[in-house]
This record gives sequence, C-alpha cells and structure tokens, in this order.
Amino acid sequence: MSQFVKPYGDTQNDGKVQLSFTLPVEWSEAADEAARQLAGKMGFTDAQVVDGRPIASGFSFFVVYASTTQSVDVDAIAPSARTHAMTMEEIDAFVAERLGRKIRIAGACIGTDAHTVGIDAILNMKGYKGDYGLERYHAFETFNLGSQIAVEELVRFAREHRIDALLASQAVTQKGSDVKNFTALGELLEAEAMRDDVVLICGGPRVTNRLASELGYDAGFGRGTLPSEVAAFIAVTLAERNGRKG
Amino acid sequence: MELRIDRESVDRCRELAASIVAPVQAFIAAHSTVSVERAVLRLLGVDGVTPEEVPLPNAIVDALDSHERARGVALAYGRALAETGLDPAVLGEALALRRFTLEEFRDTPQEAARGALRPHVEAALVRIAAQRDDRSARLDRLPQLPPPLLYVIVASGNIYEDRTAAIAAAEAGAQVIAVIRSTGQSLLDFVPFGPTTEGFGGTYATQANFRIMRSALDEIAERLGRYVMLTNYASGLCMPEIAAMAAIERLDMLLNDSMYGILFRDINMKRTFIDQHFSRMLNAYSGIIINTGEDNYLTTADAVEQAPAVLASQFINEEFAHRAGLPDAQIGLGDAYEIDPDLKDGFLYQVAQAQLAREIFPNAPLKYMPPTKHMTGDVFKGHLIDAMFNLTSVMTKQHIHLCGMLTEAVHTPFLGDRVLSLENARYIMNTARNFGDEIVLRPGGTIERRAAQVLSECESLLERVAAMGLMHAIEASVFADVSRSGEGGRGFDGVFARGDGYYNPFEEALHPSAAKAQLSGVEG
Repeated sequence: MSQFVKPYGDTQNDGKVQLSFTLPVEWSEAADEAARQLAGKMGFTDAQVVDGRPIASGFSFFVVYASTTQSVDVDAIAPSARTHAMTMEEIDAFVAERLGRKIRIAGACIGTDAHTVGIDAILNMKGYKGDYGLERYHAFETFNLGSQIAVEELVRFAREHRIDALLASQAVTQKGSDVKNFTALGELLEAEAMRDDVVLICGGPRVTNRLASELGYDAGFGRGTLPSEVAAFIAVTLAERNGRKG
Repeated sequence: MELRIDRESVDRCRELAASIVAPVQAFIAAHSTVSVERAVLRLLGVDGVTPEEVPLPNAIVDALDSHERARGVALAYGRALAETGLDPAVLGEALALRRFTLEEFRDTPQEAARGALRPHVEAALVRIAAQRDDRSARLDRLPQLPPPLLYVIVASGNIYEDRTAAIAAAEAGAQVIAVIRSTGQSLLDFVPFGPTTEGFGGTYATQANFRIMRSALDEIAERLGRYVMLTNYASGLCMPEIAAMAAIERLDMLLNDSMYGILFRDINMKRTFIDQHFSRMLNAYSGIIINTGEDNYLTTADAVEQAPAVLASQFINEEFAHRAGLPDAQIGLGDAYEIDPDLKDGFLYQVAQAQLAREIFPNAPLKYMPPTKHMTGDVFKGHLIDAMFNLTSVMTKQHIHLCGMLTEAVHTPFLGDRVLSLENARYIMNTARNFGDEIVLRPGGTIERRAAQVLSECESLLERVAAMGLMHAIEASVFADVSRSGEGGRGFDGVFARGDGYYNPFEEALHPSAAKAQLSGVEG
C-alpha cells in the first residue's frame, strides 16, 4: 500500500507550508521580493510574503506562506523498532523472569556538555511526566555519573562496575560536538573490545534513532522520551541477547 | 501589588544565613587558592602566555614552592620588582622567557617587596576606579530604558560573529548582552588568551574577547543613545581572575554564585568558597552587579518543590555578598520561571515566588531567568510560555530579565529568534507596564498562601543547614539533591592554608572596611 501525503492547510493536498527566515539585507520592497523568489527557488509555488520587516541594521525578517508540489509515501517508511510499551512493574517482572539478576546501568552527560536535564529525567528516581526514573526500578542498579564526563572515564567506569547498559547524553550540538563525542565513545568501546558487552544508547533533544544507528549505537532517544521506554528497550534487548547466548 | 509576609520569619532567615556563613567565612580568611593568586598577578598587569602557551599567571604561580605559595605570590613578585626595577608586565614576560626566576630574589627583605608593589597596586586600583567612574558617566549621559532590563545571550563560539549578533540585539531593544562561555570553560583551571573564534555552545571568556565586545557595545550605545551593558560568567575554577579581567575591561555584570560551581559543576567546595569571596570583593570595588544562579535548582529538579531551596540560596548568596562588601544594589539574586506549564495555577505560583523575592530583597536588582526545562521545540507554545514569563517579570518588578527564546531546546539562538524574543518582551512589558501597581492580592488567596508556605519551608531548610553546618549540609545532599564532599571535586589541589606573613595587597586594600575609605577617597 502506498499513502502519499502533502501538507494540509485547509484542503486535502493543498500543500500549504509556513516559513520564516532572516535575510542579511536592509529591508525594502526589493527584499520582500527576494524572499518571495527564494521560496520559489526552494521549490514552493504560490509564495506569499505575509510579513517582511527590518529587525536590525542590515537584517530583515520574513514570514512566508507557500505551497509545495512534493509528497511523501508514509507507508514506505519503516517504523521505529524500539517501542516496547511496558510499565515499570512489567519491566521489573520481565527482568526477574528472563535474566534473574539486576541490570547494571550507567549514564552520563559526556564530553564538556553540562546539560543534565535529559539524563536526569531518565535516571533520577523522580522521572519525567509521572513516569518513574530508572533508579526506582527494582530490576536496575543505576549509576548517574552526572555532567562533563570524559568518554575515557565512562568506559573505565563501565569496565570496573561491569555495566550492562550505557547511556550517553548530549544537549549541545554546536558544530557537531554531540556527534563527535558519541563517536568517540563508540570507538573507545570498540578499541577496548567492550562494545558487545554493553547495550549502548544515546540521548538528547536532537537525537533520533536514525542518528543512533548511523553511529553504531543500539538505540537513540530524543525529546519527550519517557524513562519506561528506555527501560523497556534495555530489558528486552538484554533478554534477547541472553536468549541468543543461552 | 503587595504580599503580606511574615517579617519576623524573614529576619530569622537572615540571622540563620549569617550563622551559616560565619564559620565558612573564618575558613576563607585562613586560606587562599591558586586562582586568587593568579588574579593578584593579573591585577598587577601580568598577562600573555609562555612560549608553551601557558598563561603567564599560571606559569608564575605554579613555579612557586609550597612554602612561598603559602605567603602569597605578591611577596615573591614584589621582591623581583624591587631588585629588577622592571614594570610588572615586563617582569612577567622576562620570567616567561626564563631570564629570571622568582627564587633568585629570595633574600630580598619583604619591606622592599611591599614598597615595590605599592605604586603598582595603587595604579591598578585607580585604573579600576576610573572604569567604574566611566560607567557612571556613560549611564548618566546615555540612560538605560526602565527595568526589567532586557538581557540576551550571544553564543556563536566566534567573538566576531557574537559582535554582529550583539549589535543586532541591541538595536532590537536588548539592554544587557551576555557572551555565554564555551561549555566546559568553568572547569578550566586557567583563562584562555587572546581573541577566539572557536568554541562549543559559547565563546571563551578571554580578556581580548571582553575588550572586543566592550568596544562594540560602547559604539552602538552612542548610536542608540542608551548604554548597553556587558555580562560574562565568573563562576567556575577561575572566579577571581575573571572578576579581575572584568574590572579592567568594564564589564557591568558577572554571573557569580557562591555555590553553583560546587553543586552543578562538581568544583571543590573549599575552592569555590574562597574564590567567590575574593572575586566578589573585586566585583564590589569595580561596581559590577553579580548575578546568582538559583535558576539551576529549578532546571535540575521540580520547580514547585525546589522553591524553598531557591529562597534559602538567595539568603545565603546575599550574606556571602555582604561579607565581600557588595551593596544590595549590586546583588542580582536569581530565580527562574520553570514551573510545569501543565500545572493548574502554575502562573499563580510563579507570581508568588517572584513577588516574595521582590519584597524580601527590595533593593536587589533581581535576575529573572526564562523557562527552559519545559521548552520542547514547539516554538509556538514556547513563545506563549515566554509571554507569561514576561508578564510575571513586569508585574513583580524584576530588574534583570533574561529573555526566553522560542527556540530554546532547539538550537543556539538565531539572530532572528533573539529579535522575536525581544519583541515579545517589549510588547508585554509595554502593554502591562503598570499592571502590578493596579492589583491587590486577595488576603488568604492562593498567591499569598503559596508565598507563606515557601517562606516557612525556607526557614526550616535554613535551620537544618545551620544545625549541620554549610559544608556538611552540601555533603548530605541538602541542596539540589547532590552530595559533594569537602575534599572532593575539581580544583581542591589549588587550595592552600595561608602561612605566617601571607600578603595579598589587593585584599588588604579592598577589605570591606578599607574599601569604603578607598571608594570615598576616589570619589572625593
């Protein structure tokens, strides 16, 4: 089955989108026209510059409505493989039955990143949006190493504490620093021959599961992720690996 | 708008804060740190790097043996000044090239050292006082718009791009520009040198970068007819040095919290307490407004639960600041609008907390931080939450207003994001300018009850901290659910006990009692 979709304004397949951007020019009517032409070159039709104005010397801001002729087949997109909806109690019971021991989890904000909001939401007892954090699970022994942890330190910790699942968090993305740090962690685990011993997970507001698989991680969790989603992924993945070994 | 609050409870909180800080202050007086000593050298004019790119203040302090270091770098440096007759900056360069070592002058009497230092210490203080007076003159000539002062952050990593962004923001109404530091700079035990064009999540704080931004803002201020303030971040391992550089380059504000580094950056607590004191003495003398970091309690934990901790931290920050000689008008105590937007009546709690701080610290230029924790990438809702934050700020007469970005949690703000954010704040603060003066809060209503609860829980928290002692309380996770040990964390190896005859000429001159005389002398 194919299901081609276009943006929906007020009529099926009208393809309406809104754009806003800044151009590094003084505002004038010509600048409005430049914004309209730019939308045309982006492939949009019926571009209307509904607001164009100066915002600072040498800079103008525009709001543009336009239509796209493009569409995408939603059914051709593979669903994300990592959603196992389970509650904390179900996960605790699942781990007790399938593994018969506690899973050891370590998480940190790696590199120089100091934004622990994400990793804290997943790991801290309190959790996020009423979903308890991993520290609260009976099935897990959880170590939150906090912010600005060098990848070397995280790997050393993982070895010394026989960690089953490693969570690396990155909020700062400027100049690709997040990807560099995630890559460095993956490479170090490979170099230390530890990669196959851990479930490796990355997280952060801009992380997607696709980015994670490109980086060779087992999963990636982005904004809005609930702790139980991460917990279920870890539990199911380790149970599967355990099953293969057995 | 006025809250009826229990004034006796406020007095008790202040007494508790004083009893919490007193023993820490005694510890501070008996110790120094490598970054305090490096700041002394910077104030004397020592700058630059060695051929191996080590900042000169680091190279000189690190070369002292522990016995020399315990007496303070000033004496060793003063002896070399006396013997060589060189200017302090030139002596620093000569030491970098290893033409001398400070050890060579070990036998020079300390009176000679003090005598050789005196004119340079005086010159440094005169230079800083001149910057302070220059700021006052500019503010008289180019008055700012009424508070809340709209504060925005630039953070491209490249100081020259930051300059472009800062000028655009000032034109769009920004009154305070903060150049946020590269992530991780707070953990560097040195200050980088020279203009920088690379950074992550921010731009390095260097003296050259301070100068570039100061000059750009002075220029735009003339064009706009209103002074534009410049801010940077002192908290971290180099608090005193950044305070010294900021004094010299006429920054107007500095982020300077007495406990932020300990709790949120795992910097050793002793190091932080000693460093914050000397850095705040410099801030006091240079007329710099400090901004404290209570917003961090709210971003890392639940904002409703943490409200009493925010107030307790404000009391402790105020007490530490007073002991460093900072007047209320230079103590920008922090708070943030971080309550979950889904919480029913969350706005009422925000108003309660902001108004409570306003009434407890009536003369402090309160710093109000925007929502960040519940910003998701839904830029439309984000813009609405920011509008409610702007309304709270103008209603409760906050003084320093960090504008929230609709693209918070998405990217480092674009130039256009900053303008949209400033337009939001200007719209709300104009249309509701005197709203706060028109409102009478319902006695016994939700806002008043919430404020009373926060104050009473704050008092209990301060009682608990006073009973345990501040350092033990931090160890016992009383603040921000984080435990830090007395000798753990970064930078502990840079803490040392003052030996007999310890000498820091700037500390002597800027001691809160001495500084008053100094200030009146300069102004008269």
